[in-house]
Order: sequence, then structure tokens, then C-alpha cells
Amino acid sequence: MSPLDRKLLRDLMRIKGQATAIGVVVAVGVMLLVMQSGLLNSLEETRRAYYERYRLADVFAPVTRAPLDVLDDIAAIPGVSSVEGRITGGALIDVEGQILPVRAQAVSLPEFRAPKLNDLFLSNGRTLTPGRSNEVIVLKSFADAQGLKPGDTLSATMNGARRSFQIVGFAQSPEFLYTTPPGELVPDEARFAVIWMNANALAAAYDVEGAFNEALVALERGASLPAVLDAVDRLIDPYGGRGAYGVADQFSNRFISEEINGLRASSVVVPPIFLAVAAFLLNIVVSRMVTAERQQIGLIKAFGYSNLEVGAHYFKLVLTIAAGGALAGSGLGVLAGRALAGIYQVYYKFPFLVFQLDPAAFVTGVTVSILAASAGGIFVLRQVFALTPAVAMRPPAPADYSRSGALTNTLKSFLDQPTRMVLRRIMRQPRRVFGAVISIAAGMALSVSMVSLLAGFDRMLEQTFSIIDRSDLLLSFVQPMPERTLFELRQLEGVIEVEPVRIVPAVLRNGRQSYRGGVNGLIDKPRLNRAVDANMRTIEMPGDGIILARQLAEILDISPGETLTLDVLEGRRPRLEVPVAGTADTLLGSPAFMQIDRLNRTLGEPGRISAAYLRIDAAQGDALFRAFRDMPMVAGVTLKKDARAAFKKIMDSGAGATRFIMAAVAAIITFGIVYNSARISFSEQARDLASLRVIGFTRGETAYVLLGELAVIVMVALPLGILIGRYLSYLIARGFSTDLYQIPISTSPASYGYAAVAVLLAALASGWLVKRDIDRVDLVATLKTRE
Amino acid sequence: MSRHEALKGNAFSTRGLTKIYGEGPAAVHALRGVDLELPNGELVVLLGQSGSGKSTLLNIIGGLDRATAGEAFFQDRDLTRMSDAQLTRYRREHVGFVFQFYNLMPSLTAHENVELVTEIAQNPMEADMALELVNLGDRGHHFPAQLSGGEQQRVAIARAVAKNPTVLFCDEPTGALDSTTGRAVLQVLKDVNEKTGATVLIVTHAAATAAMADRVLHFADGVIRDVVVNTVKLNPEDIEW
Repeated sequence: MSPLDRKLLRDLMRIKGQATAIGVVVAVGVMLLVMQSGLLNSLEETRRAYYERYRLADVFAPVTRAPLDVLDDIAAIPGVSSVEGRITGGALIDVEGQILPVRAQAVSLPEFRAPKLNDLFLSNGRTLTPGRSNEVIVLKSFADAQGLKPGDTLSATMNGARRSFQIVGFAQSPEFLYTTPPGELVPDEARFAVIWMNANALAAAYDVEGAFNEALVALERGASLPAVLDAVDRLIDPYGGRGAYGVADQFSNRFISEEINGLRASSVVVPPIFLAVAAFLLNIVVSRMVTAERQQIGLIKAFGYSNLEVGAHYFKLVLTIAAGGALAGSGLGVLAGRALAGIYQVYYKFPFLVFQLDPAAFVTGVTVSILAASAGGIFVLRQVFALTPAVAMRPPAPADYSRSGALTNTLKSFLDQPTRMVLRRIMRQPRRVFGAVISIAAGMALSVSMVSLLAGFDRMLEQTFSIIDRSDLLLSFVQPMPERTLFELRQLEGVIEVEPVRIVPAVLRNGRQSYRGGVNGLIDKPRLNRAVDANMRTIEMPGDGIILARQLAEILDISPGETLTLDVLEGRRPRLEVPVAGTADTLLGSPAFMQIDRLNRTLGEPGRISAAYLRIDAAQGDALFRAFRDMPMVAGVTLKKDARAAFKKIMDSGAGATRFIMAAVAAIITFGIVYNSARISFSEQARDLASLRVIGFTRGETAYVLLGELAVIVMVALPLGILIGRYLSYLIARGFSTDLYQIPISTSPASYGYAAVAVLLAALASGWLVKRDIDRVDLVATLKTRE
Repeated sequence: MSRHEALKGNAFSTRGLTKIYGEGPAAVHALRGVDLELPNGELVVLLGQSGSGKSTLLNIIGGLDRATAGEAFFQDRDLTRMSDAQLTRYRREHVGFVFQFYNLMPSLTAHENVELVTEIAQNPMEADMALELVNLGDRGHHFPAQLSGGEQQRVAIARAVAKNPTVLFCDEPTGALDSTTGRAVLQVLKDVNEKTGATVLIVTHAAATAAMADRVLHFADGVIRDVVVNTVKLNPEDIEW
């Protein structure tokens, strides 16, 4: 080993504290990058593999009742690789200890073979015995939520008849990663079940013997989805086809896609900021380190080492720290990514995990770290190389302040000497100060956006479930009911207010854009469930035209005044042309609203309602629930508080959960930047500060000189942080928003306040920590050493 | 304080002053029980080899370092019993320091460097006057980077004397200077001693400097080997280097 390399090792040992500090910053930046990209990659790959292994269909085609030979016609469509017909139907399951039954979807399985499409992953128990009509397999997430065991009996009402089943097993399915009762938007595994049964038994229960009511289609590679959808629609239309749709529109898949997109939003915005900050710090600290080595560089050069050799020596030092940090970060990122992917695997209910890293993340992380470190070193090394060994060995001349902006005499008369020192330092190195301001502002912006995001989630919950929806529960009917049902409901004791809604599934189209959703028919001036404008004022339903949720209008690229095409997927399935009358600021789902009578008239079904929003007297709740349970037309009851709780759970455990991690990271970054700024400034001024102490300045007065600069930087950074934070909040809120829910951009001053307080606290804590170092300075040692 | 009054008492006295750096076999005995009395108003030169203990003594009676054992009195106050805050106040009110490497604030002009001290001192002289004293009256608006080494050292002296210190400590004040500049700096120190009545302590290993002192302390191995009181003092310009 060459003496220089030995020096390198000893130097590393000597500065191990500082080297570790830099390494950690680099490591955290790289870790975040590797972790997030690994998590995203793994989730996407796992989902893809899951869909592939369990043969999730590419096309879903619901129909009222179609004979089995239609399946052969579908199989003959060019581009179709396989077809499976099945029977599905709504059911209500009685759950012990609950008055209200739970809604369920019953799905058929072929009796003597595995399903060609939409296969199951059996996690407990066994498969169905062919020919047995009383056996069911239950969706595992529901079974877990309700505490069911294989062998338990399950009582369900299907098509009006109550029947008893034996649970033989639990299954997971790529089709039901997320489940939600029909007509609802919030997945809730405890309040919606999926049960699988033998096809013959289910056909008998729903009177569809010799027929199917849903066709599943897999496509050949390169097949045209729209062409197949059109062809399938034409084939099933005579049998009450309700519109074939691709897997992209399938609820569970759509939800998980949006979740993964939400994760991507956080992985695109946050790690680069962290890495940039790490790069900046690294740059400063490395240049500072090389400056401190000035005399040694002179000495080594005096011995006859060339600039190149000396440069390589310091470059190795920098590389060791940066590469060490980057490698540690990569390792930690892999571990954290794997752990996190494991958590998300359970959360998203994937039966297995394909952990896959993104090589690009390693390359980016390591390269950025090393480049940043090298840039810091090279810049200073160049200055040192320009000196002859003799000059380099002398202590550096005092920093030249003669050319930094002059303080005017008027200004001077107000400033004491310590204040002038603070100001001159700032004016002398505006770029360095600017860098510190930018980094602190960036850290603060992260905090602002995280607080805004946290507030945004809360505000969304509050607006959706307290302001927009003022009802206590939603009562859905088995089929559209006549208006007089409302009067019957009003008669019930405990019902305070009833408001009808007509929900019609439809595809909304504007040119090439389309959205598979529905139209809600509301009364003229809704009170319980409303469409609202940006100020939360009720939008009255126009006599003509449709109101679109703002994000729906964006998806469809349509503005008020233009005309929308509406393909209704129910009843006579008319195609309507409706003018867009306005937009609504809805945060949950992407609904469209029309006046209920107008909607019913267009459908040719006057006076029909699909569901009713109710406000009830809480004291009468149980009695009312019993009454609802005994009403044959009631398909389900959704209590608003359950929906709210389910939604909060979704947001707290899925992609939304990263907001907590990010908030913590933001706080750490902010503190890290502020503290490092103070530390660097301290090490640069240690000698001056010691001199001040020697000539009789108290600790407090000395700290003022050091921390004054920090204070100025923080004060400048605060407003800048607010500005950047505002923009970042917007970006991140957009990233987290999906067509299933929107995060409002919270412009509340509170988020700025919190972030500002966080930065100030970080500044105070850093100031306190650095002041302790000032107090500990060995005056004699500092003054005796030349630099 | 007139020169007459100042001569009445001792500026410093120490008894058994001991300083040990480190512990065990690695312990370094920098001072091994120093007994000393220095009258007010004298110009004292502390001579000795590197490591003889002269700087350590200066640091302890200058309030920059603490003794391991023994007592060190400034006038009638025991420095070894002072708290950190009291030591700070002692330095602030009574002590001026001049170091080998000047230790000016690079961000302040010469004039401002002096004001740095006059702002916090109880009974300071005008900053301009202090600069006049070191013959730099015309360079007050220059920053340290614009001054030569000798000029920087003279600013450091102006800064040290501007507070009208009771004692002025100079640790190798000419160590980084050529002989001509060094003589000029020593002349300034002599002037300060005579014009302000401050006790001046100069630590140096340049033996020739001894010729300008009232009193010369010879250090070796952590103790004072010899004290010489000069009856005839030379002017710095007459000193042979």
C-alpha cells in the first residue's frame, strides 16, 4: 500500500464523524430512490405476474341472460384467445351480531375443470366438490375481516330465497383485490363479500340454467381491444348486454392502478429533492475539507508528487465517502424496498411477491452522489493546484472582503461590528448563502406540501362525508323502484328526511375520450347528497343538461356548453346527447349529475328511484335496520360512518400511507439541511469565533455572530419555502389524486405556519447544538493552530 | 491609573501553579509549580525553548486555560477559582491579546476590528486613536486581506490596546514577521506600555527581545529558572537580532 493510501485510510479514520455524516445524507437519498423504485417495480411486476398466472380476463361482458352457444360466437371473434362464461349475482349474507346483512357477489366456477379465466388462489381449505350445491369458497379478505373459518356455515339470501352454505375454503383472486358494494366508491373488505359456487347451483339460484350472464374474454397479443369490445357488444346486445369493458375499467384493477400511480407520485417528487439536497451538502462539505488540507497538499507537492497524483488522492477520499454512502444507501434501499413491498403485498392482497429492483435507480443514485462529491472536490483542488507548494504551505491569506458589497455609512451607523460581520459574510458569498437558502426552502417546501397533503386528506374526508353528504345512510334497491317507496320510507318511525336518487350506469363519451361510470339523478335542490361548487354551495340541478365532476370533465376533455354522448348501460340502453351544464367540485369518485325527472324521462322510465339517502334518528337506528332488513326491495344499506371509516382506512394504509413516511422524511431533511448549514458555517468560522471569545465576547455574543447568518438565511428561506411549497403541494396533490378520489390542494395558512414553525424549531435546535460546540471550543488550541 | 499608582501593586502573582496535559504515562507537565510575582506596569519578556511552559503560563494568567493545581492571582482575584463567565468578563475588561497569527476578523476593516473591542469595553479609547498608536491611522478602512503581515499585527495590537487593558499578552507577536517589521511591532508594544501604563507580557523565543524588557523570565522544563531585572533597557530598534 502506498503511503498516500495509508494517509487516506488514516484521514478517513480522523474525519470519521464528518465522513459518516456526509455518507448518511447520501445514503438516505439513495436509499429513498432505490426503495421507492424497487417498490414500484415490484408491485407492478407482481400485479402483472398475478394477472398472468391466474389468467385475469382482458374483457368483461355482463349480460342479462345469454345462451351458452353465444360463447362460441365470441370465441370466433378475431383476436380472442379464450372465452369463459359464468354466472354472477347479488346476494345478502347474514353476519352474526349485525342487524344489517352484508352485500355479496356470488360467482360461478366450472364444475369439472379449472376456470379458463379468472382463476382463484386457494389460500385455505379445498376446492368445491362437483355436484354439491351447498358449498362455497369465500373471498379471503372478507373471511379474515369477519373471522370466518373453513367448515363454518354461511346464511345467504339469493334472488329472494334464504339458503345455508358450508364454507369449504378461502380464496384470493386477481379480480377482487379491491371489493366494493355496487353503487359505492369506497372499497371495504368487511362490508362486501365474494362467494364462489358451482355453476349449476348458481344457475338454479338465479334462473339462468343453460345460460351465462357474464362472458370473460382473453385477447391474443396485439389484438385490438376496441374492435373486440364492439364485436362482443354486437353479439350480446340481443340478450341484454350491459356493455363489454376492458380490464382497465374493471373496478379492482382500476383502484390498484390508481394506488400504484399514487405511489409513483411520491417516488417521482421526493427522492430527487432529497438527492439534490444531499448533493449540495456533499459539495460544500467536501470543498471545505479540501481547503483544510491545503497545507498538506503543499507538502505532498513539495515532496515531488504531481498534481494528478495529489488530485487522485483526494478524489479517492471523496469517492470513498460518496460511494460508501451510495452503496450503503443502495443496500438499505433494497432491504427497505423489500420490507415495504412485503407490507404492500399483504395490503394489496397479492398471494405472492415478485421483488424486482430497478437498476436505473442504483445507477442514478450512485452517479449523482459521486458527481456531486467530485464537483465539490475538483473545484477547490483546482484552486489549490494553482498555488506553488511554498505558498500552499503558508496559512491562507485572510479571506478578502474588500470586494464584497460595501455597507453604506448610513447603514453602518445602525450596525454594531458583530452585525457587520454577519452581513459581510453573507454579501461575500452570496452564492453559498443562496444555496443554503434554496436548500432550506426546499426542505420547508417539502414540509409545507406534506402538511398540505395531510390536511388535504382530512379535508377531503370532511368535505365528502360531512359537507357534501349530509345523510346518515344510503338505502339501495334491488331494482329501480317507484317514487311511492319514498312515502313508505317516510312513514317509518325514526326517519327524518328522505331524498331519492336515480343511479344509471353509463359510458360517457366525448370524441375519443370515454369514461365508464354512471349518472346520478338528483332532485332540483338536493339537501342530503349534493353536487357542490368550489365554495361548497349546492348546485341546483338544471332542467336540461348534465353536471360533471371537475376531474371527469378533465378526463373527457369537455367544457360547459359542449355536448356529451351518454351510452346508458341499463334498460333500453339508449344513447343520449346531453349538453354539459356545469362542473362540480366533488372529491370522491368522478360522478355526473342530472335532474332526476329529466334523467328518468330520457330513459323512458318516469318516477323511478334506485336508492334513497336518509337522515334518521340515531336512537331508532336498530329498529330501522331491522325494518330495512325485512324489506325485499332493499339490496343494501350503507351507513355513512362505515363508509367514512373504510375510506380513512384505505387512505391510511395504501398509497396514502406514504404521506406519513414523506412527512417524516420532510422533517428529517429540513432539520438536516438547517443543522448542516449551521455546522458548516461553524467550522468555517471556528477560528474567528475563538478569537471573539478570547477578546472577551461572551458565549451569547459569539453565538450571535455565527447564528445571525443562520437566522438571516432561515428568514429569507421561509417566504421562498412557502412559494415553492405551494407549487409542490399542487404537484403532489395532483399526483395523489385519482379518478376515484381527489386530494384538494389545501391553501390554508396553517400548513405554512406548521412548516415555518418546523423550520424555526429545526433552526433553534441546530443553533442550540452548534452553540454547544462554540462553548466547547478549545480557545488555546484553535488560536495556536494556523488554520 | 498613573504609572506611579500602577507600580504600587502586583499585576500577577502565582503560587505552585501546575499544569498537566493528559494522564498516566502520556501526561505532559507543562508547568511544575511556578511561583511568580509581576509588578503592575512593567514590560515583561518570557523567554524559553518550545515546550518550556511560557505560553502555558500566559494562557492561564490570560484566562484562556485552567491550571491543574496552584493559584494564580490577577491583582487580588484568584483566576483559578473563576467561572467561565467570570473569566470572560476578566478578558473583556482587563486583558488585551496579540497572537502570532493576528486573528483579525477578515470580514471587518482595520477600524472595525478595533471597534469590535471598543464597543464592548468599559473604558475604551477612540478606535482612530488606537490605530494612530500603531501608526496605521490612514489604513483604517482596509480589510485584513489588503494589509501586510506587519500591518495586520499592528491592527491586532491596536485592537488589543484600544480597550485600555490592564495587561497586554503577546504570544510570539513577531514570530511571523521579518526583523524590520518585528522591530516596529516591538516598538509599538513598548510605546503602549509607556503611554497607557498597561503591564505588557511578551512570550518569545527570540532571546534578543529580552534587552527591551523591565524584567525577563527564563523558562525551562515547566519552571522559571531565572529572573533578570534590567536596569538599562534598549529601544527595539537598537536590538541586535
